[in-house]
Amino acid sequence: METKLWLSVYFPDWPLEMFFQGEAGIRPLVVAQAGGGAASIVACNTAARQLGLHPGMTVSAARALVDCLDVRVRDAEKERRSAANIAAWALQFTPVISLAVPQGMLLEVSGSLLLFGGLEGMAACIRKGLEDIGYRVLLASAPTPWAAWLFARAGKECLLTAAREAEAHLRRLPLGLLDQPAATVDALDAMGIRTLGDCLELPRDGVARRFGQELLDELDRALGRSPDPRVLFEPPVHFEDALEFPAEVWQADALLFAARRLFVLLEGLLKKRQCGVQHCTLTLFHEHHATTRLTIGMASPTRDIQRMLGILRERLGQTELPAPVQSMQLAARSIVPLEPRNLSLFPDAEQAAESWQLFLERLTARLGSEAIHGVGGCADHRPERAWCTVEPEAARELPGGESRPLWLLNPPQRIASKEGRPYWQGPLVLQSGPECIESGWWDGAGIARDYFVAEGRAGCRLWVYQDRRNARAWYLHGIFS
Amino acid sequence: MGNVGALLQNPAIWRGDRCARQLPGISTGFPALDAILPGGGWPQGALTEILFEQEGIGELQLVMPALARLSAAGHGLAWIAPPHVPYAPALTAFHIRLPRILIVRPKEDRDRLWAAEQALRCGACKGVLAWADGEDGQRLRRLQLAAGEGGGWGILYRPLHAADMPSPAVLRLSVERAGGGLKVHVLKRRGSAVAPIHLDLSSRVPN
Repeated sequence: METKLWLSVYFPDWPLEMFFQGEAGIRPLVVAQAGGGAASIVACNTAARQLGLHPGMTVSAARALVDCLDVRVRDAEKERRSAANIAAWALQFTPVISLAVPQGMLLEVSGSLLLFGGLEGMAACIRKGLEDIGYRVLLASAPTPWAAWLFARAGKECLLTAAREAEAHLRRLPLGLLDQPAATVDALDAMGIRTLGDCLELPRDGVARRFGQELLDELDRALGRSPDPRVLFEPPVHFEDALEFPAEVWQADALLFAARRLFVLLEGLLKKRQCGVQHCTLTLFHEHHATTRLTIGMASPTRDIQRMLGILRERLGQTELPAPVQSMQLAARSIVPLEPRNLSLFPDAEQAAESWQLFLERLTARLGSEAIHGVGGCADHRPERAWCTVEPEAARELPGGESRPLWLLNPPQRIASKEGRPYWQGPLVLQSGPECIESGWWDGAGIARDYFVAEGRAGCRLWVYQDRRNARAWYLHGIFS
Repeated sequence: MGNVGALLQNPAIWRGDRCARQLPGISTGFPALDAILPGGGWPQGALTEILFEQEGIGELQLVMPALARLSAAGHGLAWIAPPHVPYAPALTAFHIRLPRILIVRPKEDRDRLWAAEQALRCGACKGVLAWADGEDGQRLRRLQLAAGEGGGWGILYRPLHAADMPSPAVLRLSVERAGGGLKVHVLKRRGSAVAPIHLDLSSRVPN
């Protein structure tokens, strides 16, 4: 049988990190859980700990000790969703992930060690990635998932691969770590049995009779003497994750920095599923105000978070917030497959196309899509209808004429006339013409005009016409720049 | 004169023409103009300023052959806030590939230079046309830097009175109508000063 290697990741500050990731708040803050009678504290930040609070205390006792205590209630649903997002991110390291442990996850990594430069390399990669998005982690490895988990829980960050070595280390762990009723652990402690090693020395049948089969089963699973099947994590179909700020945030930079953490998780999921997104929505929540929704739309599906963050930066620069932001949520509902591309032999053309797309996206994000267009030709004799605005790159090309000016005035500008001659910044001298254009009688926008090329002040050449239907008034319609 | 010629042969004498670091040029399509521009054409990866008094004298036709060449090579041409509508039939007549044209019309003035800077920096737009009135040198400097980064050709149209203002552009021309053609004064170039030339706009060489 191929030997397995399990890497366990334990988040010691998990309940706190649900509320603020990475940033140690200045105000004392505790996370409480309502369980059985009074709500009790599950975790407290450094400021709270320095004031004498500790996990296990009741909230009322803590409030009696500290005046302005910030109490947040543990949200199991949110924790489950965050765990799923982190697991989805971790799928880039291995497809075999189990979430069946509280505040942690188990990864079977024997198959992908080589890719990440060995066990140390992979552990460093995972640690750095998770610390970047604001989670403190403890990592340990062992040939069985349960042993790896016990090491991480005990705070022993040992990367073991051999069963013999793992057993030696396991024997030194305290019994309290085991997933056993407190009564069992206390009873063993009273007998002077403090470590797993002590317990393993006891006769098995006696232990089974006194403490039940579960204790032996757990030890056997840790030592690899009995199988430990795990339910594997399946990546979610959509992405949705939120984070709360310890204090209200106004600055776009701070929002951008925090949003980056959510985008990193999104990228992890997309990488794993070989997918991309074209739209995602960042929702900002305020107190007493309607939420602000920012839609981040890309020209093509992508999983490049730099690109998304570039667009978000522009959107944030454009948005006026009604109130400071308390929390934000990122959602990506339509995840589409992103086809892997072949690398081009001549990368220039591809890079240019990509930077063109990015450029269009950035412009659209800041200026709005109506500010950006292309020009195309239209088959119509009327000069003002011989062109049209089109989507960028969607222009139609029709044969043009040398006799047309580069600038068109839209709409034509009525100009004065003196003694029947057109006048614009000075008298105009007609050079060529008339070119009679009479068209469009069928759609109610018919024209009948005599066009001339005229020379004006400082030798400028203009395209002017005389309207034959309107008292032979003169108009300026183009400039031969 | 012969003495001066002999003197200039002295290898200890460096002449401005030769010291100038030459940027790769895009042929202007007018051999007479190419001859006086360092690099043999419009400077790529830099800003070119064209100053004129009166529109309609051919100030756009001057750059058309080079823009046509860029668009034929598949490069984007960005027109940032043009004063009028670039007329599609005429552009086609100048062999500009219309799908390569992008017109950007920001609502606010301050976004105009931003858009020009983005266009120059992105590297996909090899020709960027912008119109500026009283822009200060500091902001234009950003355009020059962006052009250096993206490798494109930035064309900035300014009124003639801007000739007295300092400018970061590597090439500054002023143009005026003269005898059915254009008189081109080179106000600034890399290298020594040259005399103004007369350009017949119909003399452009076919692509």
